[in-house]
Amino acid sequence: MFKSLKRSAKGVAVPHDKATAGLATVQMPVPDRVVIPMSMHIGAPAEPTVQKGDTVQVGTIIGKAGGFVSANIHSSVSGTVEGIAPLRMVNGAMTTAVTIKTDGAQTVDPACVPPTVTDKASLMAAVQNCGLVGVGGAGFPTHVKLAANTIDTLLINAAECEPYLTTDCREMLECSDTIISGISAVMKYCEIPHCIIGIERNKPECIDLLCSLVRKMPGVTVKPLPMRYPQGAEKTLVETCTGREVPQVGPSGKPGLPADVGCVIMNVTSVSTLGKYLKTGIPLVSKRLTVEGDAIVKPQNIEVPIGTMYSDVIAACGGIKEDVPLGKILFGGPMMGGAAPGADFPVLKQNNGLLLLSKAAAVLPEPSACIRCGRCIEACPMGLEPVAIAEAFNNKDFDVLKARCVDLCVACGSCSYACPAKRPVSQTMTLAKGWYMGELRKGGK
Amino acid sequence: MENLIVTASPHIRDKATTRSLMGYVAISLLPCVLASALIFGMRALVLVVVTTFACVSFEYLYEMLLHKPVTVKDLSAVVTGMILSLNMPVGMPLWIAIVGAFVAIVITKQLFGGLGYNFANPALVGRIVLFLGFTSRMTAYVYPDMSVDALASATPLALGSELRSVNLLHMFLGLHGGMLGEVSVLAILAGFAILLASGTIHATIPVSIVGTMFVLSALYTGDPYLALLQCMSGGLLFGAVFMATDYVTCPFTTKGKLFYGIFIGLVTFLIRNFASMNEGMSFAILLGNLMVPWFNAWGHQIPLGYKKPKKVKEGGAA
Repeated sequence: MFKSLKRSAKGVAVPHDKATAGLATVQMPVPDRVVIPMSMHIGAPAEPTVQKGDTVQVGTIIGKAGGFVSANIHSSVSGTVEGIAPLRMVNGAMTTAVTIKTDGAQTVDPACVPPTVTDKASLMAAVQNCGLVGVGGAGFPTHVKLAANTIDTLLINAAECEPYLTTDCREMLECSDTIISGISAVMKYCEIPHCIIGIERNKPECIDLLCSLVRKMPGVTVKPLPMRYPQGAEKTLVETCTGREVPQVGPSGKPGLPADVGCVIMNVTSVSTLGKYLKTGIPLVSKRLTVEGDAIVKPQNIEVPIGTMYSDVIAACGGIKEDVPLGKILFGGPMMGGAAPGADFPVLKQNNGLLLLSKAAAVLPEPSACIRCGRCIEACPMGLEPVAIAEAFNNKDFDVLKARCVDLCVACGSCSYACPAKRPVSQTMTLAKGWYMGELRKGGK
Repeated sequence: MENLIVTASPHIRDKATTRSLMGYVAISLLPCVLASALIFGMRALVLVVVTTFACVSFEYLYEMLLHKPVTVKDLSAVVTGMILSLNMPVGMPLWIAIVGAFVAIVITKQLFGGLGYNFANPALVGRIVLFLGFTSRMTAYVYPDMSVDALASATPLALGSELRSVNLLHMFLGLHGGMLGEVSVLAILAGFAILLASGTIHATIPVSIVGTMFVLSALYTGDPYLALLQCMSGGLLFGAVFMATDYVTCPFTTKGKLFYGIFIGLVTFLIRNFASMNEGMSFAILLGNLMVPWFNAWGHQIPLGYKKPKKVKEGGAA
């Protein structure tokens, strides 16, 4: 009651639909060819280091990080480079991509040896060599996050609040040892004393398993999280787990980051990937995807080489049901994932789901007039007021948008989900934020 | 793989629609309709049905004549009609009820742009116009043909200081004169429970209105029992549960809702005790409706991570 006077920030109770949570991960047969884009992260694209005709193996470096905020790209298959060409990615951006014809042997590059880690610098180097990015969806290069010096708490994001997706759930059940070794390494070498593993309460078996594993690890706790979307959103997770509020503006004047309140967040699959790399030396070359939806024949969790085409993944999962007209292909979850215009796009490092929805499930209801019920306000995890922001954006009122903190919008989609009038509230918020940030760059008004 | 739909996220929506929310409000009004039929007889049902039908017809006709999309399916006109009719005494001539429906739907709602754009609750304005234009009809609480003696009594609020002598159980069940929907506390509470259980409204507004009224009355009269009776009588409860909580015309943050509820409770208290009327709820809600932009401005939420900017001293840095 008193909290809601400050801000309601209730999030939304999305359906879980996690039917694949109980299914063990299936290994995908090696596809004929993979297309590996040089930009699978936030920041500068990587520079291709191979030529047409080169022979590559699993783990061979094919793209060198193009700057500090960037990441290395490795071959996910063994085979021959067929070409290096521009590619339009699923989000519409152009990038360079390396196409590799596979030989099916999946031989591992002999250069892939477990790294020697002795201090923070060598851990950073290992993280960079692994090509690790936030694989939960954002794709932010991990070494940039870990470079901060003021961290006292490592937060492991295992909320997996998106409907359908169960990749993190399977990671916890199948790879708990590498999760633990990854956490230990980060805590030890980055000198982070505390670690909180946040897991939504809809995964009790994961909570039990990790609780039993961390019992003897000092400083590590498992925090069961409420089942409200977007529990896994960075700032929401920091607040739920530590009670700290990530500031709107950081000390540098830039947007606030978890590091400003002493937190660094790693997705559970990211930290597990790091654990695997430290053990085997094989970098981030494959990804588990939840393939789900009412149009796919065999919903399952499937581990695919990065760069595999959606169409190959769909075929490996039994294809599209014959009697169901396909309406949408979503990469990611249904709340924040994007809709693909076709199936000829490669799977990226940060992808974790491929949803195939029927026409019936894909068509959204028609919007009607706003009834000012305030459900969007109640839902917004950041405590924003979409009604007021939409009004201000309509009037192109910079000052009101600033006062209503439109820049804090995380585009989680809770407002659109909650709206009984079915208005595209989240889109309006994104447009308003974009317009506001543009005006701000021009010097504000 | 052809003709795929590409839209911005999110790709799923909550089940609640405008229509389902309005439907829940209509369902939560049914206990009051039932109670009024039991207490005042079948004439009450006729009044409810005619007024509701009139509201829906006016909305349909207006939108059809002006070539606007017809929105009667969202059930908001049904809710307006039910609330308006429950704000009338049972003996209300039907033609006056239809005038009320016209004021509510056409003048208060549609002329301002339809659902979502009206500045005041349509049913409330309908009630106030009828109250001012047909005062004697609107205050003729007794149904002429009613044979049960208990019902022939005037509305308890008119008793003033003698209110204390009223039978509490009769007050609770609604066995006294008054507007159709307002008399039975039991029915209103049942409706309130439905609204809360279905998640249609939050308790903030009704609780803060009734709470403010109770505290102020208890302090003023020094008699908590009298204050309780005050809260149970007149349009206070019905207004607090069904009229002040109208989505369109109430503030949208919890803090704003709290201010709004306290304001309505305060104004009702002032009108009941210090003005020449003994019924102040409808005017208090109307005033509250007009104040909503202010309550919204005062009731803003504090976003996650927001820090109040330090005030730059006048004449300081540019």
